Amino acid sequence: MRKGQPDRLTTGLMQQIADRSEPVELSYREAVRAAIRDAMIRDERVFLMGEDVGRYGGCYAVSKGLQAEFGPERIRDAPLAESGFTGAGVGAAIAGMRPIVELMTVNFSLLALDQILNSAATLRHMSGNQFGVPLVIRMATGAGRQLAAQHSHSLEGWYAHIPGIKVLAPATLEDARGMLWTALQDPDPVLIFENIVLYNMMGKLAADAGPVEIAKAAVRHAGRDVSLITYGGSLWKTLEAASLLAAENIEAEVIDLRSLRPLDDATIIASVSKTRRAVIIDEGWRSGGISAEIYARIVEQAFWELDAPPGRVCSEETPIPYPRHLEQAAIPQASKIVAAAKSALGRGG
Amino acid sequence: MSAAVDKPRLSRAHELDLLKQMIRIRRFEDACAELYTQEKIRGFLHLYDGEEAVAAGVIPLLESRDRIVSTYREHGHALMRGVPMKAALAEMYGKQEGCSGGRGGSMHLFDRATNFYGGNAIVGGGLPMAVGLALADHMRKENNVTACFFGDGAVAEGEFHESLNLAALWTLPVLFVCENNLYAMGTALALSESETDIHLKAASYRIASEAVDGMDVIAVEAAARRAIQAVRQTGKPYFLECRTYRFRAHSMFDAQLYRDKAEVEAWRKKGPILRFRGWLEANHMIHPEDIARIEAEVAAEIADAVAFAEAGTWEPVETLARFTYAEGTA
Ligand SMILES: Cc1ncc(C[n+]2csc(CCOP(=O)(O)OP(=O)(O)O)c2C)c(N)n1
Ligand SMILES: [Mg+2]
Repeated sequence: MRKGQPDRLTTGLMQQIADRSEPVELSYREAVRAAIRDAMIRDERVFLMGEDVGRYGGCYAVSKGLQAEFGPERIRDAPLAESGFTGAGVGAAIAGMRPIVELMTVNFSLLALDQILNSAATLRHMSGNQFGVPLVIRMATGAGRQLAAQHSHSLEGWYAHIPGIKVLAPATLEDARGMLWTALQDPDPVLIFENIVLYNMMGKLAADAGPVEIAKAAVRHAGRDVSLITYGGSLWKTLEAASLLAAENIEAEVIDLRSLRPLDDATIIASVSKTRRAVIIDEGWRSGGISAEIYARIVEQAFWELDAPPGRVCSEETPIPYPRHLEQAAIPQASKIVAAAKSALGRGG
Repeated sequence: MSAAVDKPRLSRAHELDLLKQMIRIRRFEDACAELYTQEKIRGFLHLYDGEEAVAAGVIPLLESRDRIVSTYREHGHALMRGVPMKAALAEMYGKQEGCSGGRGGSMHLFDRATNFYGGNAIVGGGLPMAVGLALADHMRKENNVTACFFGDGAVAEGEFHESLNLAALWTLPVLFVCENNLYAMGTALALSESETDIHLKAASYRIASEAVDGMDVIAVEAAARRAIQAVRQTGKPYFLECRTYRFRAHSMFDAQLYRDKAEVEAWRKKGPILRFRGWLEANHMIHPEDIARIEAEVAAEIADAVAFAEAGTWEPVETLARFTYAEGTA
């Protein structure tokens, strides 16, 4: 896999590979698991709570094996009560614990939206800074596994609308491994969105991979002709598009946002000011989505640098359908990204 | 009022203090209603008029290390917990000297110093938080009790059921206190619940429960003592339903079309202050001078609080966004 080089805050060794000097081959899922495990070992205030995180091993098998190691108190199976246990995470965080709440998918997080928006995001401000909520909420997002219209949406852009929380979208193994610990150190609620098609992605991760900073976007591929701005599962399609474009002598710069709230305006604007052209790729819907927000910021801050209107590749304005050909047609693809980039360059077909 | 006690103390001093605390809440809120008409207090204002015996009976029995989660009808809870009256009133004015820095208003009184985790204006929204506070205590083996107040309307919410189940399933030290005043805004209990005997619902979660006459402060206190002892000793949740009644409108915007004046009048005759005072008088435990002294002390405290709130200052608009995140992070 291609990787950028996010800053390392520390060099916490992954326990199971501490004795190896070679980078190890592992999946995104295993990288998330290693991050949880590492946090559980480092800080006894940390615990994982969610539906089927324990005995079942996590609905995407992320927490498999952790209950055997840490016991049922700290790898805590919760009943089907998204609002109840997310709110319990809020309370436990206020009382000094460092809970990681896992919601099976972003679609189910809607049942906990009251606790996320009305409690977690508001409490510090509303209480005049008396009660902060150092809570991490992880959830799966995105389409690609034919799970149809109640398990496949990308609503992280909605969450990025909310002041008081931070929204992360790890797209690489390093970020899957490294964002969790940094999020747990944050005094405010942090939501981490894991795109479901990434869980099986294999790659090599440095043996000393550890926490990464979480406020900056990363340039995953440098280029001078057009800025392709994306995050999460779409990063890999965008990198694929960049190599297709390279074959036609178009040098695309690929930016992985990493954080949707806060957005790293500086990195976006610096890139767009250099390439003078931008395409935003987002698996969320176009109307009122995070792509619209990024678009607005580019226009507000770099209007006079642009040589062409920015473009967007988003999901079609429809629920995500079940059959594979329709599902794939509904979400961004490398071919659409290539077409949008060419169109921004005035080389549209 | 002093901290938790294991045995009932039917001393004259204690009884007088109970009466004083209820009068203190009542007079304070009378003043709030007046200040609302003067537009000193704005937004939603929900008064506790008629329900004072619940807060006065339960809250003084909690230790200072215990925790309280409340609703938007929380002035009485905050005062009983020891949130200074002037800080509560300044909050209702929206002044930065208020107990939440002026940002919350009447429905969002917070006070870290007394473990008062706020007025929550989402019906049922505080219950999951109470479960989480108790979960933290449970995991760290700290013997604290989290008291969670909510109304009869909250019982219809999913968060109520999720929270009772979690507290029982995970053996968490939560004292659930349902303030059943028979109405959720204008919806009578019988119009929203298939089972109107609320405390029975706790049984389906295997939570010990009790219903008590919430207009009788001595009965509430006795039940709360049993309840808190049970939570402290077993680490398990307990459910206390206090049957009470609100004399005033739901909020200041309510024409009360849903109930008869006669119904309200009948309940007023059973009011917690009237009743307790009458009982004290009948037993020659109180003298007219005592009442005069209590009223004078309370009036002086309220006058101080009003002066404090009036003299309070507005948060500068420049700091509007401050504390959206912790300082120095975003
Ligand atoms: C989730 C939610 N739904 C609706 C409301 C509007 N609302 C505010 S108070 C209230 C009635 C609640 O009644 P109850 O729980 O009995 O408390 P009481 O006001 O009687 O103390 C309603 C419906 C709300 N604040 N939150
Ligand atoms: Mg009610």
